[in-house]
Amino acid sequence: MSAEATEKKAPVIKFLAGNEACMEGALAAGCRFFAGYPISPSSEIAEKMSGRLPKLGGKFIQMEDEIASMGAIIGASLAGAKSMTATSGPGFSLMQENIGYAMMAEVPCVVVNVMRGGPSTGNPTGPSQSDVMQCRWGTHGDHPAIVLSPNSIREAFDTTVQCFNFAEQFRTCVVLAMDEIVAHMREKIVIPAKEDIKIVNRKKPNLKPGDPYKPYEADASLIPPMMNFGEGFRYHVTGLDHDATGFPSGAPDNQEILHRRLVDKVEMHKDELFLFENHRTEDAEVLVVAYGSTSRSAKRAVEEARAQGIKAGLFRPITLFPIPEKQIALAASHAKKVVVPEMNLGQYRLEVERILGPAVPVVGVHRVNGEPIAPSLILSAIVGG
Amino acid sequence: MSKRYEIRLAGLGGQGLVLAGVILAEAASIFENKNAVQSQSYGPESRGGASKSEVIISDEEIDYPKATHIDLLLCLTDAAAEKYLKDCPETALVIADSDLVPSAIPEKYRSVKAPITRLARETVGKEFVTNIVALGLIQELTGIVGLPALEKAVLGRVPKGTEDLNKRALEVGREAAHEYGAHILSARG
Repeated sequence: MSAEATEKKAPVIKFLAGNEACMEGALAAGCRFFAGYPISPSSEIAEKMSGRLPKLGGKFIQMEDEIASMGAIIGASLAGAKSMTATSGPGFSLMQENIGYAMMAEVPCVVVNVMRGGPSTGNPTGPSQSDVMQCRWGTHGDHPAIVLSPNSIREAFDTTVQCFNFAEQFRTCVVLAMDEIVAHMREKIVIPAKEDIKIVNRKKPNLKPGDPYKPYEADASLIPPMMNFGEGFRYHVTGLDHDATGFPSGAPDNQEILHRRLVDKVEMHKDELFLFENHRTEDAEVLVVAYGSTSRSAKRAVEEARAQGIKAGLFRPITLFPIPEKQIALAASHAKKVVVPEMNLGQYRLEVERILGPAVPVVGVHRVNGEPIAPSLILSAIVGG
Repeated sequence: MSKRYEIRLAGLGGQGLVLAGVILAEAASIFENKNAVQSQSYGPESRGGASKSEVIISDEEIDYPKATHIDLLLCLTDAAAEKYLKDCPETALVIADSDLVPSAIPEKYRSVKAPITRLARETVGKEFVTNIVALGLIQELTGIVGLPALEKAVLGRVPKGTEDLNKRALEVGREAAHEYGAHILSARG
Protein backbone atom coordinates (compact mmCIF):
# COMPACT_ATOMS: atom_id res chain seq x y z
CA MET A 1 0.00 0.00 0.00
CA SER A 2 1.35 3.39 -0.87
CA ALA A 3 2.26 5.71 1.96
CA GLU A 4 1.00 8.71 0.04
CA ALA A 5 -2.69 7.86 -0.20
CA THR A 6 -3.67 10.66 2.12
CA GLU A 7 -1.44 13.16 0.38
CA LYS A 8 -2.85 12.63 -3.10
CA LYS A 9 -4.45 15.50 -4.93
CA ALA A 10 -6.95 13.28 -6.74
CA PRO A 11 -9.46 10.97 -5.06
CA VAL A 12 -8.23 7.40 -4.52
CA ILE A 13 -10.46 4.34 -4.94
CA LYS A 14 -9.81 1.46 -2.58
CA PHE A 15 -11.55 -1.61 -1.24
CA LEU A 16 -11.13 -1.32 2.51
CA ALA A 17 -12.34 -2.63 5.83
CA GLY A 18 -13.77 -0.16 8.34
CA ASN A 19 -10.68 -0.34 10.52
CA GLU A 20 -8.50 0.49 7.51
CA ALA A 21 -10.76 3.38 6.51
CA CYS A 22 -10.63 4.68 10.08
CA MET A 23 -6.83 4.63 9.93
CA GLU A 24 -6.88 6.46 6.57
CA GLY A 25 -9.25 9.04 8.02
CA ALA A 26 -6.99 9.60 11.00
CA LEU A 27 -3.98 10.17 8.78
CA ALA A 28 -5.97 12.48 6.52
CA ALA A 29 -7.04 14.47 9.58
CA GLY A 30 -3.40 14.94 10.49
CA CYS A 31 -2.94 12.26 13.14
CA ARG A 32 0.78 11.76 13.61
CA PHE A 33 0.90 9.90 16.93
CA PHE A 34 -0.64 6.57 17.82
CA ALA A 35 -0.10 4.68 21.04
CA GLY A 36 -2.03 1.51 21.65
CA TYR A 37 -2.31 -2.04 22.78
CA PRO A 38 -3.84 -4.16 20.02
CA ILE A 39 -7.12 -5.86 20.84
CA SER A 40 -9.71 -7.57 18.68
CA PRO A 41 -11.74 -6.32 16.88
CA SER A 42 -9.75 -3.08 16.65
CA SER A 43 -6.27 -4.55 16.03
CA GLU A 44 -6.03 -3.69 12.34
CA ILE A 45 -6.04 0.02 13.18
CA ALA A 46 -2.87 -0.36 15.25
CA GLU A 47 -1.37 -2.78 12.74
CA LYS A 48 -1.87 -0.45 9.79
CA MET A 49 -0.81 2.62 11.77
CA SER A 50 2.47 0.92 12.68
CA GLY A 51 3.28 0.65 8.97
CA ARG A 52 2.02 4.01 7.83
CA LEU A 53 2.83 6.53 10.54
CA PRO A 54 6.64 6.27 10.39
CA LYS A 55 6.55 6.92 6.64
CA LEU A 56 4.66 10.15 7.29
CA GLY A 57 7.08 11.32 9.94
CA GLY A 58 4.74 10.24 12.73
CA LYS A 59 5.24 7.99 15.71
CA PHE A 60 3.70 4.63 16.54
CA ILE A 61 4.23 3.13 19.97
CA GLN A 62 2.92 -0.21 21.15
CA MET A 63 2.40 0.38 24.85
CA GLU A 64 2.36 -2.03 27.75
CA ASP A 65 -1.35 -1.57 28.29
CA GLU A 66 -4.31 0.68 27.59
CA ILE A 67 -3.78 2.90 30.64
CA ALA A 68 -0.35 3.82 29.35
CA SER A 69 -1.65 4.16 25.78
CA MET A 70 -4.08 6.81 26.89
CA GLY A 71 -1.38 8.58 28.90
CA ALA A 72 0.91 8.58 25.89
CA ILE A 73 -1.60 10.15 23.53
CA ILE A 74 -2.43 12.84 26.08
CA GLY A 75 1.26 13.69 26.39
CA ALA A 76 1.78 13.69 22.64
CA SER A 77 -1.20 15.95 22.11
CA LEU A 78 0.02 18.42 24.73
CA ALA A 79 3.22 18.57 22.71
CA GLY A 80 1.22 19.42 19.60
CA ALA A 81 0.66 16.11 17.78
CA LYS A 82 -2.81 15.03 16.77
CA SER A 83 -3.06 11.76 18.64
CA MET A 84 -5.22 8.70 18.86
CA THR A 85 -5.55 5.22 20.23
CA ALA A 86 -7.84 2.33 19.32
CA THR A 87 -9.22 -0.39 21.53
CA SER A 88 -12.20 -2.52 22.43
CA GLY A 89 -14.34 -2.90 25.56
CA PRO A 90 -11.80 -4.32 28.04
CA GLY A 91 -9.17 -1.79 26.97
CA PHE A 92 -11.74 1.00 26.87
CA SER A 93 -12.54 0.23 30.51
CA LEU A 94 -8.87 0.62 31.41
CA MET A 95 -8.68 3.94 29.56
CA GLN A 96 -11.51 5.58 31.44
CA GLU A 97 -9.46 7.30 34.13
CA ASN A 98 -7.18 8.96 31.60
CA ILE A 99 -10.10 9.79 29.31
CA GLY A 100 -11.43 11.81 32.24
CA TYR A 101 -8.00 13.38 32.60
CA ALA A 102 -8.04 14.44 28.93
CA MET A 103 -11.47 15.99 29.44
CA MET A 104 -10.47 17.74 32.66
CA ALA A 105 -7.14 18.99 31.32
CA GLU A 106 -8.78 19.76 27.94
CA VAL A 107 -6.33 17.81 25.83
CA PRO A 108 -7.61 17.03 22.31
CA CYS A 109 -7.41 13.32 21.45
CA VAL A 110 -9.38 10.58 19.75
CA VAL A 111 -10.22 7.14 21.13
CA VAL A 112 -11.63 4.52 18.79
CA ASN A 113 -13.66 1.87 20.57
CA VAL A 114 -14.56 -1.05 18.33
CA MET A 115 -17.27 -2.54 20.49
CA ARG A 116 -17.37 -6.21 21.39
CA GLY A 117 -19.54 -8.05 23.85
CA GLY A 118 -18.93 -7.61 27.57
CA PRO A 119 -18.66 -7.13 30.47
CA SER A 120 -15.05 -8.24 30.93
CA THR A 121 -13.34 -10.04 28.04
CA GLY A 122 -16.75 -10.98 26.65
CA ASN A 123 -16.83 -12.03 23.01
CA PRO A 124 -13.64 -10.88 21.25
CA THR A 125 -14.75 -11.47 17.68
CA GLY A 126 -18.50 -10.94 17.74
CA PRO A 127 -20.35 -7.70 17.03
CA SER A 128 -21.92 -5.69 19.81
CA GLN A 129 -23.10 -2.18 20.63
CA SER A 130 -23.00 -2.67 24.35
CA ASP A 131 -20.54 0.12 25.17
CA VAL A 132 -22.83 2.95 24.10
CA MET A 133 -23.40 4.21 27.62
CA GLN A 134 -19.77 3.59 28.55
CA CYS A 135 -18.85 5.92 25.69
CA ARG A 136 -21.09 8.53 27.30
CA TRP A 137 -20.52 7.94 30.99
CA GLY A 138 -17.48 5.67 31.25
CA THR A 139 -15.32 8.08 33.18
CA HIS A 140 -16.49 9.55 36.44
CA GLY A 141 -17.77 13.03 37.13
CA ASP A 142 -19.85 15.38 35.03
CA HIS A 143 -18.18 15.67 31.67
CA PRO A 144 -18.90 16.45 28.05
CA ALA A 145 -19.13 13.56 25.62
CA ILE A 146 -18.79 13.60 21.87
CA VAL A 147 -19.36 10.15 20.39
CA LEU A 148 -19.75 9.30 16.71
CA SER A 149 -20.81 5.98 15.21
CA PRO A 150 -20.40 5.18 11.48
CA ASN A 151 -22.34 2.60 9.47
CA SER A 152 -20.25 2.30 6.31
CA ILE A 153 -16.66 2.25 5.19
CA ARG A 154 -16.75 5.75 3.74
CA GLU A 155 -18.38 6.98 6.89
CA ALA A 156 -15.69 5.29 9.02
CA PHE A 157 -13.24 7.53 7.16
CA ASP A 158 -15.37 10.66 7.42
CA THR A 159 -16.33 10.27 11.07
CA THR A 160 -12.71 9.68 12.05
CA VAL A 161 -11.80 12.98 10.40
CA GLN A 162 -14.73 14.56 12.25
CA CYS A 163 -13.57 13.10 15.57
CA PHE A 164 -10.21 14.82 15.16
CA ASN A 165 -11.86 18.05 14.11
CA PHE A 166 -14.20 18.03 17.10
CA ALA A 167 -11.37 17.07 19.47
CA GLU A 168 -9.28 19.98 18.20
CA GLN A 169 -12.16 22.44 18.17
CA PHE A 170 -13.51 21.59 21.62
CA ARG A 171 -10.26 20.57 23.32
CA THR A 172 -11.61 17.29 24.56
CA CYS A 173 -11.37 13.53 24.13
CA VAL A 174 -13.71 12.36 21.35
CA VAL A 175 -14.83 8.75 20.96
CA LEU A 176 -15.49 6.89 17.72
CA ALA A 177 -17.79 3.98 18.57
CA MET A 178 -17.63 1.41 15.80
CA ASP A 179 -19.10 -2.05 15.91
CA GLU A 180 -17.28 -5.15 14.70
CA ILE A 181 -19.34 -5.40 11.53
CA VAL A 182 -18.42 -1.92 10.33
CA ALA A 183 -14.83 -2.44 11.51
CA HIS A 184 -14.31 -5.66 9.60
CA MET A 185 -16.58 -5.52 6.59
CA ARG A 186 -15.14 -4.24 3.35
CA GLU A 187 -16.62 -1.94 0.75
CA LYS A 188 -15.38 0.26 -2.02
CA ILE A 189 -14.38 3.69 -0.78
CA VAL A 190 -13.45 6.80 -2.68
CA ILE A 191 -10.97 8.59 -0.45
CA PRO A 192 -11.42 12.29 -1.17
CA ALA A 193 -8.62 14.47 -2.43
CA LYS A 194 -6.73 16.26 0.31
CA GLU A 195 -8.11 19.69 -0.53
CA ASP A 196 -11.66 18.36 -0.24
CA ILE A 197 -11.20 17.24 3.36
CA LYS A 198 -12.03 19.90 5.95
CA ILE A 199 -9.43 19.97 8.70
CA VAL A 200 -9.77 21.83 11.98
CA ASN A 201 -6.75 22.66 14.10
CA ARG A 202 -6.71 23.75 17.73
CA LYS A 203 -7.03 27.47 18.33
CA LYS A 204 -3.76 28.94 19.58
CA PRO A 205 -3.31 32.05 21.71
CA ASN A 206 -1.82 35.08 20.05
CA LEU A 207 1.14 35.61 22.37
CA LYS A 208 4.72 36.75 22.15
CA PRO A 209 7.48 35.17 24.22
CA GLY A 210 7.35 36.61 27.71
CA ASP A 211 3.62 37.40 27.58
CA PRO A 212 1.66 36.02 30.49
CA TYR A 213 -0.31 32.92 29.52
CA LYS A 214 -3.32 31.60 31.37
CA PRO A 215 -3.86 28.18 29.76
CA TYR A 216 -7.42 27.75 30.98
CA GLU A 217 -8.74 31.23 30.41
CA ALA A 218 -11.60 30.94 27.93
CA ASP A 219 -13.23 33.56 25.75
CA ALA A 220 -16.94 33.67 24.92
CA SER A 221 -16.62 30.33 23.10
CA LEU A 222 -15.76 28.78 26.50
CA ILE A 223 -12.91 26.94 24.76
CA PRO A 224 -9.49 28.20 25.86
CA PRO A 225 -6.90 28.65 23.12
CA MET A 226 -4.10 26.11 23.55
CA MET A 227 -0.34 26.55 23.51
CA ASN A 228 1.61 23.39 22.77
CA PHE A 229 4.40 22.33 25.08
CA GLY A 230 7.78 23.24 23.69
CA GLU A 231 6.61 26.48 22.12
CA GLY A 232 8.04 28.72 24.81
CA PHE A 233 5.31 28.84 27.44
CA ARG A 234 5.35 26.83 30.65
CA TYR A 235 2.10 25.84 32.21
CA HIS A 236 0.68 23.40 34.68
CA VAL A 237 -1.61 20.57 33.69
CA THR A 238 -3.57 18.67 36.28
CA GLY A 239 -6.57 16.42 36.74
CA LEU A 240 -7.39 18.29 39.92
CA ASP A 241 -9.89 21.10 39.92
CA HIS A 242 -7.93 24.13 38.76
CA ASP A 243 -8.27 27.80 37.94
CA ALA A 244 -7.34 29.66 34.76
CA THR A 245 -3.62 29.33 35.54
CA GLY A 246 -3.85 25.54 35.49
CA PHE A 247 -2.81 25.21 39.11
CA PRO A 248 -5.03 23.29 41.54
CA SER A 249 -7.69 25.32 43.22
CA GLY A 250 -10.33 24.10 45.60
CA ALA A 251 -12.14 27.40 45.80
CA PRO A 252 -15.86 26.67 45.41
CA ASP A 253 -16.35 29.46 42.86
CA ASN A 254 -13.52 28.15 40.71
CA GLN A 255 -14.84 24.61 40.83
CA GLU A 256 -18.31 25.70 39.81
CA ILE A 257 -16.98 27.76 36.91
CA LEU A 258 -14.68 24.99 35.70
CA HIS A 259 -17.20 22.16 35.79
CA ARG A 260 -19.94 24.17 34.16
CA ARG A 261 -17.59 25.43 31.48
CA LEU A 262 -16.34 21.92 30.64
CA VAL A 263 -19.89 20.79 29.98
CA ASP A 264 -21.20 24.04 28.51
CA LYS A 265 -18.41 24.42 25.97
CA VAL A 266 -19.84 21.40 24.17
CA GLU A 267 -23.48 22.02 25.06
CA MET A 268 -23.54 25.58 23.66
CA HIS A 269 -22.05 24.44 20.34
CA LYS A 270 -23.94 21.18 20.05
CA ASP A 271 -25.85 22.11 16.90
CA GLU A 272 -22.49 22.01 15.13
CA LEU A 273 -21.98 18.45 16.35
CA PHE A 274 -25.14 16.77 15.12
CA LEU A 275 -24.60 14.37 12.27
CA PHE A 276 -27.60 12.24 11.35
CA GLU A 277 -29.60 10.71 8.53
CA ASN A 278 -33.34 10.76 7.94
CA HIS A 279 -34.63 8.03 5.65
CA ARG A 280 -38.32 8.24 4.73
CA THR A 281 -39.20 9.84 8.06
CA GLU A 282 -41.30 12.68 6.62
CA ASP A 283 -44.55 10.70 6.93
CA ALA A 284 -43.32 7.81 9.09
CA GLU A 285 -45.95 6.27 11.32
CA VAL A 286 -43.45 3.72 12.54
CA LEU A 287 -40.05 5.23 13.21
CA VAL A 288 -36.94 3.11 13.63
CA VAL A 289 -34.02 4.72 15.47
CA ALA A 290 -30.82 2.80 14.77
CA TYR A 291 -27.09 3.45 14.50
CA GLY A 292 -23.95 1.65 13.39
CA SER A 293 -24.31 -1.56 11.41
CA THR A 294 -27.75 -2.15 12.92
CA SER A 295 -29.02 0.85 10.96
CA ARG A 296 -28.29 -1.05 7.74
CA SER A 297 -30.56 -3.89 8.90
CA ALA A 298 -33.09 -1.25 9.87
CA LYS A 299 -32.98 0.42 6.46
CA ARG A 300 -33.76 -2.89 4.80
CA ALA A 301 -36.59 -3.52 7.27
CA VAL A 302 -38.02 -0.06 6.53
CA GLU A 303 -37.97 -0.76 2.79
CA GLU A 304 -39.68 -4.12 3.30
CA ALA A 305 -42.31 -2.50 5.54
CA ARG A 306 -42.94 0.20 2.92
CA ALA A 307 -43.41 -2.57 0.34
CA GLN A 308 -46.17 -3.91 2.61
CA GLY A 309 -47.81 -0.49 2.72
CA ILE A 310 -46.58 0.48 6.18
CA LYS A 311 -45.30 4.03 6.47
CA ALA A 312 -41.98 3.27 8.11
CA GLY A 313 -38.90 5.47 8.37
CA LEU A 314 -35.42 5.43 9.82
CA PHE A 315 -33.67 8.04 11.91
CA ARG A 316 -29.98 7.30 12.19
CA PRO A 317 -27.91 9.27 14.66
CA ILE A 318 -24.29 9.39 13.51
CA THR A 319 -23.54 11.62 16.47
CA LEU A 320 -24.71 9.42 19.36
CA PHE A 321 -23.69 12.06 21.93
CA PRO A 322 -24.62 14.81 22.37
CA ILE A 323 -27.96 13.24 21.47
CA PRO A 324 -29.75 14.93 18.57
CA GLU A 325 -32.89 15.22 20.67
CA LYS A 326 -34.83 17.71 18.58
CA GLN A 327 -34.04 15.81 15.42
CA ILE A 328 -35.27 12.53 16.92
CA ALA A 329 -38.45 14.20 18.14
CA LEU A 330 -39.02 15.76 14.71
CA ALA A 331 -38.53 12.43 12.94
CA ALA A 332 -41.04 10.89 15.35
CA SER A 333 -43.64 13.65 14.92
CA HIS A 334 -46.05 11.38 12.98
CA ALA A 335 -44.99 8.18 14.73
CA LYS A 336 -47.51 5.92 16.41
CA LYS A 337 -44.68 3.59 17.38
CA VAL A 338 -40.90 3.80 17.62
CA VAL A 339 -38.60 0.79 17.26
CA VAL A 340 -35.04 0.86 18.61
CA PRO A 341 -32.92 -2.11 17.54
CA GLU A 342 -29.53 -2.41 19.25
CA MET A 343 -26.92 -5.08 19.86
CA ASN A 344 -27.30 -4.45 23.60
CA LEU A 345 -30.16 -4.65 26.08
CA GLY A 346 -31.58 -1.19 25.47
CA GLN A 347 -29.00 1.48 26.20
CA TYR A 348 -30.01 4.02 23.54
CA ARG A 349 -33.67 2.96 23.75
CA LEU A 350 -33.83 4.47 27.23
CA GLU A 351 -32.64 7.79 25.80
CA VAL A 352 -35.23 7.65 23.03
CA GLU A 353 -37.95 6.92 25.59
CA ARG A 354 -36.78 9.87 27.66
CA ILE A 355 -36.84 12.19 24.64
CA LEU A 356 -40.25 11.13 23.33
CA GLY A 357 -42.03 10.69 26.66
CA PRO A 358 -44.92 8.36 27.38
CA ALA A 359 -47.11 9.45 24.43
CA VAL A 360 -45.35 7.18 21.93
CA PRO A 361 -44.69 3.50 22.63
CA VAL A 362 -41.02 2.63 22.15
CA VAL A 363 -40.23 -1.00 21.34
CA GLY A 364 -36.74 -2.41 21.71
CA VAL A 365 -35.24 -5.11 19.51
CA HIS A 366 -32.24 -6.26 21.46
CA ARG A 367 -29.76 -9.01 20.73
CA VAL A 368 -26.65 -9.88 22.73
CA ASN A 369 -25.81 -13.21 21.08
CA GLY A 370 -22.80 -12.03 19.07
CA GLU A 371 -24.85 -12.05 15.87
CA PRO A 372 -26.05 -9.05 13.88
CA ILE A 373 -29.74 -8.15 14.13
CA ALA A 374 -31.38 -9.46 10.97
CA PRO A 375 -33.78 -7.18 9.06
CA SER A 376 -36.58 -9.72 9.62
CA LEU A 377 -36.43 -9.17 13.40
CA ILE A 378 -36.79 -5.42 12.97
CA LEU A 379 -39.55 -5.89 10.41
CA SER A 380 -41.47 -8.05 12.91
CA ALA A 381 -41.26 -5.24 15.44
CA ILE A 382 -42.41 -2.68 12.84
CA VAL A 383 -45.35 -4.83 11.72
CA GLY A 384 -46.22 -6.34 15.10
CA GLY A 385 -48.87 -4.86 17.35
CA MET B 1 -28.08 -11.05 -12.62
CA SER B 2 -30.74 -10.60 -10.02
CA LYS B 3 -30.53 -7.43 -7.96
CA ARG B 4 -28.76 -8.97 -4.98
CA TYR B 5 -26.54 -12.05 -5.08
CA GLU B 6 -25.45 -13.55 -1.77
CA ILE B 7 -22.44 -15.79 -1.33
CA ARG B 8 -21.34 -17.59 1.82
CA LEU B 9 -17.92 -19.25 1.93
CA ALA B 10 -17.61 -21.54 4.94
CA GLY B 11 -14.95 -23.78 6.41
CA LEU B 12 -11.99 -23.49 8.74
CA GLY B 13 -9.68 -20.64 9.60
CA GLY B 14 -6.55 -21.08 7.46
CA GLN B 15 -8.38 -22.18 4.32
CA GLY B 16 -8.25 -18.65 2.94
CA LEU B 17 -11.98 -18.04 2.87
CA VAL B 18 -11.82 -14.47 4.11
CA LEU B 19 -9.29 -13.61 1.40
CA ALA B 20 -11.41 -15.43 -1.20
CA GLY B 21 -14.36 -13.28 -0.20
CA VAL B 22 -12.29 -10.11 -0.36
CA ILE B 23 -11.04 -11.00 -3.84
CA LEU B 24 -14.51 -11.82 -5.12
CA ALA B 25 -15.98 -8.60 -3.74
CA GLU B 26 -13.07 -6.57 -5.03
CA ALA B 27 -13.45 -8.10 -8.50
CA ALA B 28 -17.11 -7.07 -8.52
CA SER B 29 -16.80 -3.62 -6.97
CA ILE B 30 -13.44 -2.30 -8.13
CA PHE B 31 -13.06 -4.00 -11.49
CA GLU B 32 -16.70 -4.33 -12.57
CA ASN B 33 -18.10 -1.29 -10.79
CA LYS B 34 -20.94 -3.14 -9.08
CA ASN B 35 -21.75 -2.75 -5.42
CA ALA B 36 -20.20 -5.36 -3.18
CA VAL B 37 -19.73 -5.87 0.52
CA GLN B 38 -17.57 -8.53 2.12
CA SER B 39 -17.86 -9.52 5.75
CA GLN B 40 -16.77 -12.39 7.91
CA SER B 41 -17.14 -14.11 11.20
CA TYR B 42 -14.65 -16.29 12.97
CA GLY B 43 -13.60 -17.41 16.41
CA PRO B 44 -10.64 -16.18 18.44
CA GLU B 45 -8.28 -18.77 16.89
CA SER B 46 -6.05 -17.59 14.05
CA ARG B 47 -6.51 -20.94 12.34
CA GLY B 48 -8.48 -24.12 12.86
CA GLY B 49 -11.69 -22.55 14.19
CA ALA B 50 -14.89 -22.23 12.19
CA SER B 51 -14.66 -19.44 9.64
CA LYS B 52 -17.27 -17.85 7.43
CA SER B 53 -16.88 -15.18 4.79
CA GLU B 54 -19.81 -13.54 3.05
CA VAL B 55 -20.04 -11.49 -0.11
CA ILE B 56 -23.07 -9.56 -1.29
CA ILE B 57 -22.98 -8.34 -4.89
CA SER B 58 -25.70 -6.04 -6.16
CA ASP B 59 -26.61 -3.54 -8.85
CA GLU B 60 -28.19 -1.46 -6.10
CA GLU B 61 -27.01 0.05 -2.85
CA ILE B 62 -26.37 -2.69 -0.30
CA ASP B 63 -28.01 -1.99 3.04
CA TYR B 64 -27.82 -5.13 5.16
CA PRO B 65 -24.28 -6.47 4.61
CA LYS B 66 -24.93 -10.06 5.68
CA ALA B 67 -26.53 -12.97 3.82
CA THR B 68 -30.22 -13.60 4.38
CA HIS B 69 -31.16 -15.41 1.16
CA ILE B 70 -28.11 -17.35 0.06
CA ASP B 71 -27.56 -17.82 -3.67
CA LEU B 72 -24.26 -19.67 -3.36
CA LEU B 73 -22.84 -21.69 -0.49
CA LEU B 74 -19.29 -23.03 -0.57
CA CYS B 75 -18.47 -25.64 2.08
CA LEU B 76 -14.92 -26.70 2.76
CA THR B 77 -15.77 -28.74 5.87
CA ASP B 78 -18.51 -31.15 6.82
CA ALA B 79 -19.28 -29.01 9.86
CA ALA B 80 -19.85 -25.99 7.62
CA ALA B 81 -22.24 -28.01 5.44
CA GLU B 82 -24.13 -29.22 8.47
CA LYS B 83 -24.33 -25.74 9.96
CA TYR B 84 -25.22 -23.68 6.92
CA LEU B 85 -27.20 -25.91 4.52
CA LYS B 86 -30.24 -25.38 6.68
CA ASP B 87 -30.00 -21.60 6.07
CA CYS B 88 -30.14 -22.09 2.31
CA PRO B 89 -33.26 -21.61 0.26
CA GLU B 90 -33.90 -24.29 -2.37
CA THR B 91 -32.73 -21.95 -5.09
CA ALA B 92 -29.18 -21.98 -3.72
CA LEU B 93 -26.24 -23.49 -5.54
CA VAL B 94 -24.11 -25.56 -3.17
CA ILE B 95 -20.44 -26.23 -3.87
CA ALA B 96 -18.56 -28.59 -1.56
CA ASP B 97 -15.13 -30.12 -1.31
CA SER B 98 -15.83 -33.79 -2.07
CA ASP B 99 -13.01 -35.05 0.16
CA LEU B 100 -13.79 -32.82 3.13
CA VAL B 101 -17.58 -32.96 2.97
CA PRO B 102 -18.50 -36.66 2.97
CA SER B 103 -22.17 -35.97 3.77
CA ALA B 104 -24.57 -36.01 0.86
CA ILE B 105 -25.90 -32.63 -0.27
CA PRO B 106 -29.72 -32.83 -0.19
CA GLU B 107 -31.23 -33.51 -3.61
CA LYS B 108 -33.33 -30.35 -3.54
CA TYR B 109 -30.22 -28.22 -4.14
CA ARG B 110 -28.30 -27.77 -7.29
CA SER B 111 -24.91 -28.92 -6.12
CA VAL B 112 -21.36 -29.57 -7.23
CA LYS B 113 -18.85 -31.66 -5.36
CA ALA B 114 -15.24 -31.34 -6.42
CA PRO B 115 -11.97 -32.27 -4.66
CA ILE B 116 -11.02 -28.60 -4.37
CA THR B 117 -8.27 -28.97 -1.78
CA ARG B 118 -6.78 -32.03 -3.51
CA LEU B 119 -6.74 -30.20 -6.84
CA ALA B 120 -4.83 -27.36 -5.19
CA ARG B 121 -2.36 -29.72 -3.55
CA GLU B 122 -1.82 -32.19 -6.39
CA THR B 123 -2.69 -30.47 -9.65
CA VAL B 124 -1.50 -26.95 -8.85
CA GLY B 125 1.07 -28.15 -6.35
CA LYS B 126 0.33 -26.01 -3.27
CA GLU B 127 -2.52 -26.53 -0.86
CA PHE B 128 -2.57 -22.86 0.05
CA VAL B 129 -4.17 -21.99 -3.28
CA THR B 130 -7.31 -23.96 -2.33
CA ASN B 131 -9.21 -20.68 -2.02
CA ILE B 132 -8.17 -19.58 -5.50
CA VAL B 133 -9.12 -22.94 -7.02
CA ALA B 134 -12.52 -22.46 -5.34
CA LEU B 135 -12.80 -18.97 -6.87
CA GLY B 136 -12.06 -20.36 -10.35
CA LEU B 137 -14.76 -22.95 -9.83
CA ILE B 138 -17.27 -20.35 -8.62
CA GLN B 139 -16.47 -17.99 -11.48
CA GLU B 140 -16.96 -20.58 -14.18
CA LEU B 141 -20.09 -22.07 -12.59
CA THR B 142 -21.90 -18.82 -11.85
CA GLY B 143 -20.39 -16.03 -13.95
CA ILE B 144 -21.12 -13.75 -11.01
CA VAL B 145 -17.93 -11.91 -11.87
CA GLY B 146 -16.06 -11.97 -15.15
CA LEU B 147 -12.76 -13.77 -15.46
CA PRO B 148 -10.70 -10.65 -16.29
CA ALA B 149 -11.97 -8.88 -13.17
CA LEU B 150 -11.39 -11.91 -11.01
CA GLU B 151 -7.89 -12.42 -12.33
CA LYS B 152 -6.99 -8.77 -11.70
CA ALA B 153 -8.38 -8.99 -8.18
CA VAL B 154 -6.48 -12.21 -7.47
CA LEU B 155 -3.20 -10.80 -8.74
CA GLY B 156 -3.68 -7.63 -6.73
CA ARG B 157 -4.06 -9.53 -3.46
CA VAL B 158 -1.63 -12.47 -3.59
CA PRO B 159 2.02 -12.29 -2.51
CA LYS B 160 4.59 -11.30 -5.13
CA GLY B 161 6.18 -14.30 -6.78
CA THR B 162 3.02 -16.42 -6.57
CA GLU B 163 1.24 -14.85 -9.55
CA ASP B 164 1.73 -17.78 -11.93
CA LEU B 165 0.77 -20.28 -9.27
CA ASN B 166 -2.45 -18.40 -8.59
CA LYS B 167 -3.28 -18.00 -12.27
CA ARG B 168 -2.84 -21.73 -12.62
CA ALA B 169 -5.09 -22.26 -9.57
CA LEU B 170 -7.85 -20.21 -11.20
CA GLU B 171 -7.50 -22.27 -14.36
CA VAL B 172 -7.64 -25.56 -12.46
CA GLY B 173 -10.76 -24.37 -10.68
CA ARG B 174 -12.42 -23.42 -13.95
CA GLU B 175 -11.52 -26.78 -15.49
CA ALA B 176 -13.00 -28.48 -12.42
CA ALA B 177 -16.25 -26.66 -13.11
CA HIS B 178 -16.50 -28.57 -16.39
CA GLU B 179 -15.37 -31.88 -14.95
CA TYR B 180 -17.58 -31.87 -11.84
CA GLY B 181 -20.28 -29.33 -12.61
CA ALA B 182 -21.25 -30.00 -16.22
CA HIS B 183 -24.88 -30.44 -15.10
CA ILE B 184 -24.89 -26.89 -13.73
CA LEU B 185 -23.16 -25.41 -16.77
CA SER B 186 -25.54 -27.09 -19.21
CA ALA B 187 -28.52 -25.79 -17.24
CA ARG B 188 -27.06 -22.27 -17.42
CA GLY B 189 -26.76 -22.74 -21.19
